[in-house]
Amino acid sequence: MTGNGQNKTHEGVIDENLRRVYQEAVDEGIPDRFKSLLEQLKQQDLDVCDGEDKTT
Amino acid sequence: MSGGKETARSDPRDELVNHLPAMRAFAISLTRNGATADDMVQDTLVKAWTNIDKFQPGTNMRAWLFTILRNTYYSSRRKAKREVADVDGIFTDSLAEKPAHDGHLQMGDFRVALGKLKDEQREAILLIGALGFSYEEAAQTCGVAVGTIKSRTNRARKQLAELMGLREDEAMEMTDDATMSVLSASKVSSF
Repeated sequence: MTGNGQNKTHEGVIDENLRRVYQEAVDEGIPDRFKSLLEQLKQQDLDVCDGEDKTT
Repeated sequence: MSGGKETARSDPRDELVNHLPAMRAFAISLTRNGATADDMVQDTLVKAWTNIDKFQPGTNMRAWLFTILRNTYYSSRRKAKREVADVDGIFTDSLAEKPAHDGHLQMGDFRVALGKLKDEQREAILLIGALGFSYEEAAQTCGVAVGTIKSRTNRARKQLAELMGLREDEAMEMTDDATMSVLSASKVSSF
């Protein structure tokens, strides 16, 4: 039983650190390149549709 | 005309942007390298966009994206194993220089310890411990059995505890030590 309690404490310390590592990465924010990549992909699809309409 | 039809149907691709922060943070935590992580996220976005028909609406998109993300990582790791090893060395060195103020050393220690885990173990414990995935979700994401995720997570926890010097009875003591060292450091500097 005591062993379990200690493991719980360790687990708590470890998980807290894990969440901190992860959260620090989240806090860095998202580089603009990804949003512009999504825009590009969207635009590409639209271009393909337009191309089909006008037979390029 | 065709535009109206497009917007009426909800496009799962519109959700991709919402998962970007988690994707990138997971990639950074897994690879411990910003440039590698960003390349992975970029590849994943393109793959997800072009293969969106393989995503089943109503299922867990984050898990689906993480699957693509990790597969991207493991296939690039096979190609560039040596490069990754070098990066590890630089990472560890720079961390060793961090000062001991307000628990940063402990945090640095943890990062080093996390970096020493096998990728598969780090991945499992990040999904479970940091992202709050269920064992089932993590298993689905990694394409392995639930039991495999459980044992990877357990091994990762055990190894992290060892590397951090957390032994039985010592969890609380260690926190006290950290507090004491911060206290004594500030005492010294106030002289």
